[in-house]
Amino acid sequence: MDVPEQAAAGSAPQRVSGFFERRREQIAQRWADAPLFRSVFTVSRDEAVEACKAVVDALSDVTATGRIEDIGAPGFATVRRQLGGMAATRARTGCTSAQIADEVAALRGPAVELLREEFPDPSTADAHESVLALTLVMSTLRLVVMETALTEGADLIERQRQQLLEVATPVIKLWEGTVAVPLIGTLDSARSQVVMESLLEAIVDQRARYAILDITGVPTVDSLVAQHLMKTVAAARLMGAECIVSGIRPAIAQTIVQLGIDLGTVVTRASLADALAYALGRQGIEVSRADAGASAR
Amino acid sequence: MPASGQASATSLPIGSDADLAWVRQQVRQCAAQLGFGLVQQTKVVTAASELARNTLVHGGGGRVEITPLDDGRTRGLRMRFTDEGPGIRDLDLAMTDGWTSGGGLGLGLSGAKRLVHEFAVDTEPGRGTTVTAVAWVTPVPSSRTGVG
Repeated sequence: MDVPEQAAAGSAPQRVSGFFERRREQIAQRWADAPLFRSVFTVSRDEAVEACKAVVDALSDVTATGRIEDIGAPGFATVRRQLGGMAATRARTGCTSAQIADEVAALRGPAVELLREEFPDPSTADAHESVLALTLVMSTLRLVVMETALTEGADLIERQRQQLLEVATPVIKLWEGTVAVPLIGTLDSARSQVVMESLLEAIVDQRARYAILDITGVPTVDSLVAQHLMKTVAAARLMGAECIVSGIRPAIAQTIVQLGIDLGTVVTRASLADALAYALGRQGIEVSRADAGASAR
Repeated sequence: MPASGQASATSLPIGSDADLAWVRQQVRQCAAQLGFGLVQQTKVVTAASELARNTLVHGGGGRVEITPLDDGRTRGLRMRFTDEGPGIRDLDLAMTDGWTSGGGLGLGLSGAKRLVHEFAVDTEPGRGTTVTAVAWVTPVPSSRTGVG
């Protein structure tokens, strides 16, 4: 949009913005051959050029607003996702963060070269200021890439944590009036809170009289985990349901005893099957083989 | 202790619940490599869990140093938990079963002591706390309890 005369009249960042617009095609062509783009867009060079153009456009926007040192500049918003994806792709192939940063920095050289060609006399103040502005905005781009990569990593971890909280605590209806929670993994305060809530809800929804907490998948039962279990059992009891803790492995049983935890108030069974048999028995349900019953009569 | 034992010591931060899980995992891995049986592994990991949580909850966070030991006859594992928290004012009381300052079961320190072979607490009010726990692959005879 900016014609060269206008661009030359503006400040250094604005001149650089005009430069990005005028030389969009050349810059994109050069960058597409740089390691960063070449190694990400391995299938098609056209795709690499398109990706480069998107970055050039973003830089043009950023420089036009003059916020060349601001990683929060709105202009970067359009390419953040793309840059994050590129950094992630590089990281997957074994690149360290420092190597990725270097690859982003390597984009500066070709751009500066092209900018210098625009000035017949490279020693003028205009030329110096423009090159400086370009250098600054390219450093900012490098920060944006690193920041995006880091934020995406943190977001991913947070999402996975949330998923883990929900996924790991299904309440299963085993029989009319009997529910079970197979506990898996670390039972910290946050998880046991989720377990307790979903179990109590299930007790109400299913009108359960018996609730089985199976800890086969819990690797460590220390005093805090035991306390969480006892609290859950007590809460279930208040709701009118009896809790059975099953799946206490031999190693964990010995550890609990030596630790000094008293689970005497809790009904425990070695396996989930035993716990179910206990719950059914208490409800007066007998399970027998169909053919055995037929032949007896 | 031998220099080889010192060289492979791992130091881990204790600053969040996620760190506790990491400490447990590392201790379990280390104990398994040293040849601890499943029951002993479970005991050592549980002791580590109790002590690491104490470091986090009462000491406001700190570090643990996990060192494999080898006294020539048997192998072992030393865990040293350090924090710069308020320290323990009355150690005898803190070591009493069922006594708690934080709403727990009050079995952390005393229980952990029963799960390992050697146990030492170095604390001073205002100066932080260091808890050292050592477990050997097979129980050492009582005559050698003073070693290490």
